[in-house]
Amino acid sequence: MLSRTADNLYWLARYMERADFLARIIDATRRLASVPTTQPGPGTEWDSTLEASGAGEGFRRTGASPDEANVVEYLMFSMDNPSSIRNCIEKARTNGRAVRTALTAEMWDAINGAWIELKRHVMSNARGYDREQSARFLEFVKKASLDYDGAAHRTMLRNDAYWFSRLGLYIERADNTARILDVKYNILLPETEAVGGSVDYFQWAAILRAVSALTAYHWVYRESLKPWLIADLLILRPEMPRSLIACYENIVRFLDSIGKAYGHKGEAQRHAHTVLARLMGATTKEIFQSGLHEFVTAFVENNTRLGTIVAEQYLLN
Amino acid sequence: MPQCFDEMTLADGATRAVYGRIAHWLAATPSELLASRRAQAELLFRRIGITFAVHGDKDAAERLIPFDIVPRLLGRSEWARLEEGLRQRVKALNLFIADIYGAQEILKSGVMPTDIVLQNPYYEPEMAGRRIPHDIYVHIAGIDIVRIDAGDFYVLEDNLRTPSGVSYMLENREVMMRLAPDLFAEYRVAPVENYPDALLATLRSIVPRAARGEPTIVLLTPGQYNSAYYEHSFLADKLGVELVEGRDLLVRDDVVYMRTTEGPKRVDVIYRRIDDAFLDPLAFRPDSVLGVPGLFNAYISGNVTLTNAVGTGIGDDKAIYSYVPNIIEFYLGEKPILKNVPTWRCREAEALAYVLDHLPELVVKEVNGSGGFGMLIGPHATREEIDTFRQKLRAKPDNFIAQPTLSLSTCPTSFDSGIAPRHVDLRPFVLSGSDGIRVVPGGLTRVALKEGSLVVNSCQGGGTKDTWVVDDSHLENLPCGAFAPGTTREAMDR
Repeated sequence: MLSRTADNLYWLARYMERADFLARIIDATRRLASVPTTQPGPGTEWDSTLEASGAGEGFRRTGASPDEANVVEYLMFSMDNPSSIRNCIEKARTNGRAVRTALTAEMWDAINGAWIELKRHVMSNARGYDREQSARFLEFVKKASLDYDGAAHRTMLRNDAYWFSRLGLYIERADNTARILDVKYNILLPETEAVGGSVDYFQWAAILRAVSALTAYHWVYRESLKPWLIADLLILRPEMPRSLIACYENIVRFLDSIGKAYGHKGEAQRHAHTVLARLMGATTKEIFQSGLHEFVTAFVENNTRLGTIVAEQYLLN
Repeated sequence: MPQCFDEMTLADGATRAVYGRIAHWLAATPSELLASRRAQAELLFRRIGITFAVHGDKDAAERLIPFDIVPRLLGRSEWARLEEGLRQRVKALNLFIADIYGAQEILKSGVMPTDIVLQNPYYEPEMAGRRIPHDIYVHIAGIDIVRIDAGDFYVLEDNLRTPSGVSYMLENREVMMRLAPDLFAEYRVAPVENYPDALLATLRSIVPRAARGEPTIVLLTPGQYNSAYYEHSFLADKLGVELVEGRDLLVRDDVVYMRTTEGPKRVDVIYRRIDDAFLDPLAFRPDSVLGVPGLFNAYISGNVTLTNAVGTGIGDDKAIYSYVPNIIEFYLGEKPILKNVPTWRCREAEALAYVLDHLPELVVKEVNGSGGFGMLIGPHATREEIDTFRQKLRAKPDNFIAQPTLSLSTCPTSFDSGIAPRHVDLRPFVLSGSDGIRVVPGGLTRVALKEGSLVVNSCQGGGTKDTWVVDDSHLENLPCGAFAPGTTREAMDR
């Protein structure tokens, strides 16, 4: 297939996944922020949400104070924030429009429909920040991402177009899960258990909510929230669809499909297998011993590197 | 404005046979229902994403071309004659272009002045003396037809470069079948949905001789910001070929390749929707970022076919247009079946004098203009506009032609305020391959939605209609008054 088409499909999937992640993390933060005195010391929940979404620096440049209205506005609708939900959907549609022929009618319908609906939300948001209104918007974004994902899954031919699209989704998803871990690693350390108390409980619940895993946690562990188990769930549990290992199992699978169809494998396949092997060999104990923060940082770097390699090997031909 | 021919209702109030069921449908359908059909149609088009970008209008960056739910009908016998005329005309134009870039017999014989061809901005000197695969230049033509009266079709314009609109012909039909399935059950409408198949067969028939194995065909678009991008992606999809941009192609050793995830892949036929000037920055406009460096060399080396060929603009130039009847007689030895609109060539002193004297009643067109821009419609123009044109004409008479203001036929059109006649034209599409000429029955009917307006171009507020070629051999005209509102189906079927 055309390299540009593969590139567009890959980024289209990434932007839709990113929009979904942003919607979830905003939602989770809003719940958390409504709990009294959640975070002692400097900075608020909204600061760490900005960091987790990679928008901290951009937001500080606007000079606005990091309160709910400003941060939510920046993450949802700001044109200046390249990764605002609005920009994600706009870019997803631009990418989709550029490769209309590679999309099924259902996929195009999902993206174009979301884009049309987005305009309505942008208009009503222009009247000012309204919590109820923005909650409806977040619901819409999650549903739009589900629609797109479902359309892709149900209607695409299982060929390279599908594989590149899925590759984008899982590389983005791995990045998002890792970012949450990176920003919140301090409350996931075993020592914090001693601090305990309801405050941390809400923090942990918020992390799980942000990756829609609160219910999953209970099904997997059948016990109350423990920080090291949350880390275990988000990093090492293959049955958890947003865990790092689950993302890499998929990444490896789709890269191998591409390699097989094209008759040769390259650096992208080798690198992805290495990252997966590292995850498969890891235990929570070992990760905590060598440092959760260091582990996650290394993972984010490797994941970013994979994106670069995929681009060089296939997308920029 | 004189009384003009209406496609549905004759001057004496009788309904033309072919429109019988339509007239009944319009009379029997309550206006609210028609309104909801219109809304439904708009929704369908919006959803499918059929939009049209309009030059210089930022708010309307993605606008819909209005679709009218009342179809335009042609009887099978009318169509047969029209089709015969189209085949004749396109055949002759292809022979003309091959001759102009070859032996130039027509210039030697004095049928037309030499400078009108050789000094023409659309004459491509790079093509002179070259042969192209199968000697076919115009593989895809869109011929604009207007009707003045019951008997005759006139050709208003030949579009021989990158004619657009065929996607609307196809989508209009899809939407119309959803909106009015009953009408399709009552009429036998000739299908148009095989157009992509016909186009693919045409493209496959013109692969360069150098091609080996299964040919690779691509559609080359300027990109998603082009006004016709929707059509490009639509056609690529229907054809099952890659939609490429200039940056997706590269030329190595005079062979064209596209960049794929598996490395470069050889390309044999390029259906390009990019003007000649932008095709190749090395051969034409050096500032073109839409084209492919080296493409023209690959083309003249015979390694790739471009559809349409380079240099076909000479055939649809408005100055050349007035000679098309002579062209048909010269190459085919036949009388033209389709008429030309009488045309004054302002380059001729006598014609210029006449035009300057009669500006308020004439349509004056720039020979190189398109899309309804750079044109004067005398009867609708202000004094100042006429004076401006008078000066332009005096300064550069060669740049203009003039034609009488035609009273284009009208067709009933649906508005919130009710049904009203509006002027229409018709663009059928003619495909020429090495295995013959193909014409799909129908075409794109464009309608001037503003009352009295004669400009049907989509960039100036025109709309479109579905065009039906129907079997009318068993139908008769219906007398005036047959369709008072509320007429029952039984009255119709008597």
